[in-house]
Amino acid sequence: MRTHKLRRRRALRINRSRSGNVAIFLLIILYGAFMALPLVYAISSSLKPLDELWAYPPRFFVQNPTFKNFRDLMQLTGDGWVPFSRYILNTVLVAVAGTGGHLILSSMCAYVFAKHQFPGRNLMFQTVVLSLMFSTAVTAIPSYLIMAKLRLLDSLFSIILPAFGSSLGLYLMKQFMETNIPDTLLEAARIDGSGEWHTFWRIVMPLVKPAWLTLIIFSFQGLWNTGSTTFIQSEQSKTLNYVLSQIVTAGVARQGTAAAATIVMMLVPIVMFVLSQSNIVETVATSGMKD
Amino acid sequence: MAKQTVSAAPAARRKSLLRRMFDKRVCYAFALPYMLFFFVFTVLPVLTSVVLSFTDFNMLEMPGFVGFANYTRLLFNDSIFIKAIKNTIILAVAIGPGGYLLSLIFAWFINELQPKLRAVVTLLFYAPSICGNGYLIWQVMFSSDDYGYVNSLLLRLGVIQEPILFFSNPQYMMGLIILVSLWSAMGTGFLSFIAGFQGMEKSYYEAGAIDGIRNRFQELWFITLPMMRPQMMFSAVMSITSAFNVGPVITALCSYPSTDYAAHTIMNHLTDYGSIRYEMGYASAIATVLFVIMIGSNLLCKRLIGKVGQ
Repeated sequence: MRTHKLRRRRALRINRSRSGNVAIFLLIILYGAFMALPLVYAISSSLKPLDELWAYPPRFFVQNPTFKNFRDLMQLTGDGWVPFSRYILNTVLVAVAGTGGHLILSSMCAYVFAKHQFPGRNLMFQTVVLSLMFSTAVTAIPSYLIMAKLRLLDSLFSIILPAFGSSLGLYLMKQFMETNIPDTLLEAARIDGSGEWHTFWRIVMPLVKPAWLTLIIFSFQGLWNTGSTTFIQSEQSKTLNYVLSQIVTAGVARQGTAAAATIVMMLVPIVMFVLSQSNIVETVATSGMKD
Repeated sequence: MAKQTVSAAPAARRKSLLRRMFDKRVCYAFALPYMLFFFVFTVLPVLTSVVLSFTDFNMLEMPGFVGFANYTRLLFNDSIFIKAIKNTIILAVAIGPGGYLLSLIFAWFINELQPKLRAVVTLLFYAPSICGNGYLIWQVMFSSDDYGYVNSLLLRLGVIQEPILFFSNPQYMMGLIILVSLWSAMGTGFLSFIAGFQGMEKSYYEAGAIDGIRNRFQELWFITLPMMRPQMMFSAVMSITSAFNVGPVITALCSYPSTDYAAHTIMNHLTDYGSIRYEMGYASAIATVLFVIMIGSNLLCKRLIGKVGQ
């Protein structure tokens, strides 16, 4: 009975040696420890009471965990003359509006890039691909001039509108649509008299759910992590990350609070990723419709 | 269609191009809203930057044309820039291909795990790149006094006699920057690999086994990677981006300017002239040089990835 079971298992996983599996597992554990160490240290530090933060020799793990650092963080951010809720509102507004607009506009554009031939298509797409490498920091100077011309300075639109045209989402979407939407399906829709607009919303978009989930995660993360920007000066238009970064860089005296701030900033993107990760796996598994 | 128009007379060709564009007007309508934002906030800044690099723009006076003066000054009269180029290349070579290979290898490893465990490990590897400035934790760990965790550990083990100024000693800076960058290198490209591995059809592997694929390395090289070229190219581009954009990380960890400019990169040089000295023309020339280097490495990647599985 047992050997039978074993043989069946081996048949399911072809070309897999036991020693290879062990080696892979060990390497994952080793590198995983390296990846996890700073995160664990951050969590542990954020829970340390003051005397443990200054204990010598410093300990890696917390002995008497306390939420005092998080309470300090609340107090610290509540003391500012702009209410803390304002920063949260700004960040949520920027992340939701930017992600929403980006998702719709880039999906529309990606659809024609992936499934239609028209003059100038390749030129436009190649430009987008090239721009993937140019971070906003490199073009900070001319961007500032353009923002000034468009009268977008000191407004949240200076973060939201560039997010609409960010290149990462378009690229991902186009690649995904190209391989995951069979041309025959589109042709069938065309024969049935479906217009492009209708085809896009009713046939293409439901089929690329994994891609838009991915796109939402990336865009949201980027926007959530938007910190200080040269485009915004007034305090009431600043974002959560800006305030928390101020605390993190404030110095060693606030080590515990800094760790708490880092944890708070990490929490939302990580939770979002956990929620959509399961969704992605699920949709990838069910949308296995290939030409 | 294209072949027919090539042989036609120029006038007729132009007409037929307009005709073709008109026939596809729906496509342009779909692409236009996105392309508008993309052009204004991405293409236009790059073009402006290139144009400004030939001027002496300083935010106050009208820019005047100076020809290649900014470039000659960069290459011949700016020893710090030469140092920045050297550092940028060292970091790019370590972080770009390094982060890329780590992403690929560990995505491959993780794909061998059970689905539940796979999700957890993916999250663990991806988490450092999500948290925007999570790398600041390294500064606390490598803090320069003996309260710093690494220093106190080394002191107690007797490896060192006095605490090391990790982020101000040129001897350690570059190594630490590489370490921190690799830590947060499992980002978008890594996820793309994970998705690519999961999306592979099982039947290819079965067919491969029948055709004589004997181990998982052959499977990876002859079946998986050739199928994953789109993900590989994408990941490569993302690696290039992160490799050339370590500037802010360096400023945050080693402060600005780093001791002896030991960790000074082109990006830092750009920020220096752009946001501190307001020599916008000169800063734009630095940005343009960075663009050229990035495009060059992109082309190199394309060529390398084309060879996969052959």
